[in-house]
Amino acid sequence: MFDQDKLIHTKIRNSIFRRLCLQLGMITLSLVLFCPVIATATETVTATTATASSTWWIWPVILFVVTLVMGIVAVLGGIGGAVLYVPIISGFFPFHLDFVRGAGLLVALSGALAAGPSLLRSDLANLRLAIPVALIASASAIFGSMIGLAVPTNIVQICLGITVLGIVALMFMAKKSELPDVPKADALSSALRIYGVYTEGSSGQTVNWKIHRTPVGLAIFIIIGFMAGMFGLGAGWANVPVLNLLMGAPLKISVGTSKFLLSITDTSAAWIYFNQGCVIPMIVVPSLIGIMLGSFIGVKILKKAKPAFIRWMVIGLLTFAGLKALQKGLGI
Amino acid sequence: MPEESVVVNTHHEQVIYANILEKGMYLGLGCLIVTFGLYVFGVIPSAIPLAEVSKYWSQDAHSYLEAINRDFLHLDHPITGWAWTTLLRKGDFLNFLSIAILAGLTILCYLTIIPSLLKKKDTAYTLMTIVEVAVLVLAASGILVVGGH
Repeated sequence: MFDQDKLIHTKIRNSIFRRLCLQLGMITLSLVLFCPVIATATETVTATTATASSTWWIWPVILFVVTLVMGIVAVLGGIGGAVLYVPIISGFFPFHLDFVRGAGLLVALSGALAAGPSLLRSDLANLRLAIPVALIASASAIFGSMIGLAVPTNIVQICLGITVLGIVALMFMAKKSELPDVPKADALSSALRIYGVYTEGSSGQTVNWKIHRTPVGLAIFIIIGFMAGMFGLGAGWANVPVLNLLMGAPLKISVGTSKFLLSITDTSAAWIYFNQGCVIPMIVVPSLIGIMLGSFIGVKILKKAKPAFIRWMVIGLLTFAGLKALQKGLGI
Repeated sequence: MPEESVVVNTHHEQVIYANILEKGMYLGLGCLIVTFGLYVFGVIPSAIPLAEVSKYWSQDAHSYLEAINRDFLHLDHPITGWAWTTLLRKGDFLNFLSIAILAGLTILCYLTIIPSLLKKKDTAYTLMTIVEVAVLVLAASGILVVGGH
């Protein structure tokens, strides 16, 4: 009898969860479907806003709602908020790409600052691994942001479209390795004493880790930092594969250190955008609060299950946003 | 065992870093919400009226700065770098203070771990930390000027 009750409860719970996922899916799908409507309506609403001063709040409210959904989807899809934020908001909102990139960097930065303390305390982010990587990435991010702000917007938009489609390809192809096999630490990582220990939460097992191919990994972070600064995308999508698959850091250390790294890399790029006037509080603050609230809700949903189909939805969304960026850049 | 001792030492710096980061992050985010509230509810008047902002946000940053200077600020030069600090009495520019706290936090965190690294005579990491602070301060200084689109 007790088992039967338990079974019924489980079935009800699963059914509620499926419905929740379906609703989330519908919201995201609506987002995708209505985005072109938002885009075409942009000029009308902007004109209306210009004449009717009482409607100035419409865009910040839409922005807040969209970024809230984006925050949920980003957590469930296992990606950073900024990677969704920049292509979608620049593609379908009336804001210039300069302000979207500035806001995107601040969104990624705030998320990383919020996650940083607990990642560092739990040893899931490693400071000795982060410091050399961050130095290279943050210096390159400065160049990336300066070039990104200097070249014509349509060129940046085309490059953004190509990069976003590249990220989609990476999401398809990149495999992850929980505990990569690192037979021997390389000379540089040994000299810098980049190794550590963490406790695997699920099994209670203590994991000793070290890394290899450090020089190549550091060289790749020049490109990653440059792209983070140029497009304001954050860089978790590139950090994790390099730290995990190339340098051999365990997946959890790679994810934790990558998130923490954004707080340093995006700081340098964010300052360049900030100093060049690419920050409008009316765009930044609703986005930031929306994404953060969405992330909190997303984490609560994530605890119950791992909805794989959200990942496919993210891939679909990013493909669409990448194509839209290309279309805008090419002026088609 | 050398690995264990390094882990313990690293953890010590990580905790210092994490503590400063946590306090600063709460301060920055709290300030951002408060200053945005003061701005958006009109408690502190803004330099660019709320209803007018949407007229400008579709222009690139360079044109936007020129336009708001021409229409509202009437300063000698468009407002770039740290010039916003002269307009802190305006609701919209007050938000920049919170953003600067968030963006400046990493520099502060790096500075706090330097004494610990020096004490351990960890020359490589002390140097990297100092260079990182220099890189971030350079980015924040406003010295690096970008040519417009």
